[in-house]
Amino acid sequence: MAADIALIGRSAAQRQRAGSIGDVVFRALTFLFALLVLLILGGVIVALIDGALPALRTFGFSFVITEVWNPVTEKFGALAPIYGTLVTSAIAMVVGIPVAFGVAVFITEICPLWLKRPLATMIELLAAIPSIIYGIWGLFVFAPFVQQYIQPAIIDSLGQVPGIGALFAGPPLGIGVLTAGFILAVMVLPFISSIMRDVFETVPAILKESAYGLGATRSEVVRQIVLPYTRIGVVGGIMLGLGRALGETMAVTFVIGNAHRISASILQPGTTISASLANEFTEAFGDLYRSSLIALGFILFIITFIVLAIAKLLLLRLQKQAGG
Amino acid sequence: MNAFRIALFGVGAAAAIGFVAQAAEISGAGATFPYPIYAKWAEAYAAKTGLKMNYQSIGSGGGIAQINAKTVDFGASDMPLKPEELENNGLTQFPPVIGGEVLVVNLPGIAPGQMTLDGPTIANIYLGKITKWSDPAIAKLNPGLKLPDTAIAVVHRSDGSGTTFIFTDYLSKVSPEWKDKVGEGTSVEWPVGIGGKGNEGVAALSARTMGAIGYVEYAYALQNKLVHTKLVNHDGLTLEPGSDVFQAAAANADWKSAPGFYLILTDQPGKESWPITGATFILMHKKQDHPEKAKEVLNFFDWAYKNGGQLAGSLDYIPMPANAVAIFEDSWKQIVGPDGKPVWDGHSS
Repeated sequence: MAADIALIGRSAAQRQRAGSIGDVVFRALTFLFALLVLLILGGVIVALIDGALPALRTFGFSFVITEVWNPVTEKFGALAPIYGTLVTSAIAMVVGIPVAFGVAVFITEICPLWLKRPLATMIELLAAIPSIIYGIWGLFVFAPFVQQYIQPAIIDSLGQVPGIGALFAGPPLGIGVLTAGFILAVMVLPFISSIMRDVFETVPAILKESAYGLGATRSEVVRQIVLPYTRIGVVGGIMLGLGRALGETMAVTFVIGNAHRISASILQPGTTISASLANEFTEAFGDLYRSSLIALGFILFIITFIVLAIAKLLLLRLQKQAGG
Repeated sequence: MNAFRIALFGVGAAAAIGFVAQAAEISGAGATFPYPIYAKWAEAYAAKTGLKMNYQSIGSGGGIAQINAKTVDFGASDMPLKPEELENNGLTQFPPVIGGEVLVVNLPGIAPGQMTLDGPTIANIYLGKITKWSDPAIAKLNPGLKLPDTAIAVVHRSDGSGTTFIFTDYLSKVSPEWKDKVGEGTSVEWPVGIGGKGNEGVAALSARTMGAIGYVEYAYALQNKLVHTKLVNHDGLTLEPGSDVFQAAAANADWKSAPGFYLILTDQPGKESWPITGATFILMHKKQDHPEKAKEVLNFFDWAYKNGGQLAGSLDYIPMPANAVAIFEDSWKQIVGPDGKPVWDGHSS
């Protein structure tokens, strides 16, 4: 009580001085936190490079372009996991983006008001499910379903098309690259759709209503008003989803089949970088084996960095277009 | 006042942590396969003697690294170290417990123990040379069975594992082509098949994939009600898996003339020897800086050899036969303190 009165009684100058000290402390503190993030990131990079050096020295650049992964003879190449990582993420994007877009458009433009909130919440709940649950669900429920219904249908239809048929060749195993891609699509869906929804909401109602007033249909409004207005946010959401798909570990490990091979068919088992790490790190005998796994981690780091860089460039370009 | 209380609490907590660290007197790290039985033994041993054993199941590779760095009192590995590796690192090893592996299949109308397989056939399946269940090689071993024309879905472990080491070691022994093309290890370059993570992953894939064949520890096959097969052993006899035939493989093994106990129990001679049997190993330094700690570790395993059999059996591990235990305990003489005297005198204190 006494302290309060004293505070009120202080002169403006005193308060200002106290404020400026607070400012200095605050600035130093936030700077320290920012520095800490940089230090941790730098430390991770240094540790990865240091750990990967023996493998990179032994195999050189061929590490990135050879498929063989043989712990017995200690010959390692990263091509199969790199391929698996990129292909599963691509499938996740091809399946996930249209669905996420549809969900976002439905919620913002079409959905009756009473359904809007429950639907949005449920989709966000998808993001809260731990990835191990997706993995177990994928293995026990989804993979048998894919094996019985989806894969035979794909093999009989797309698998017979000349040219691309090899991409969809059997036998139906249930687990494999395609199933992993599907699971990833479900996992990235809430990220992409909730960001799309948020940015769609920012479109000024006056723009949309003017378009409707001119006789535009819903799809014309979405294509010509909403999308051009929000494309930066949409790209950002997609990139966030892609980042998650590239690094996802547990769910993929359960359903991809974990085979260090590149198969022509996406129905066959494969592996990803993070799945290989999760599988093999604990029992990696020998320095070269361990080092090769760390080198895999380093490659994933680089891939993620490249994706982020491309996203940033894309955003800059879009911003410039929007400005000019 | 409040700050003082918090400080007091902090000191108390720190003291408690210090006390716990003191009480956990021996520590080990390594293989995941024997973790359940080590944990169970530790619990029973602590109840009896008050001595606590702290075991981290971080994987065999990690166990070897930690014992070399001397951060633990003993390491554990599912893959025995070769005698020269032991020599180079000043280590010694002994096996506390045995496990058996079985092949499991998923085919309509085939019940547990109905099908018979032999080593060369399994090797050819895992090499991708036998691709259908109706193959003549399988039909020849199973004259009474109606075998479907289904494709064989090969299932293997995706994670590095002692189970895989024992299995691939067996295939290397029975198939020169396997030894030449693939070899043995905790993980290998599989020519065909899909990988499941852990015994449970292989069990799940085998149970869910039509036409599957997989290898799992016997306990997993039992718990998951998988369809195991009989196997033809080294002496040409067809056996049903079980603790008696697993133990027979260890009893017939010639531990005495195996330097560093580098002996893998697969494809052992003997009428009753199950072909895919394996032991898990404990690693210790021969020169001990803290002889009293090493003594506690050896006391623990001595107790486990003598009294841990029933607990092991309850978890479907197989205790070591008595004649083998005598040989292992004799080897403990190599573990000496700074004064050069053996740390363990043959009596638990």
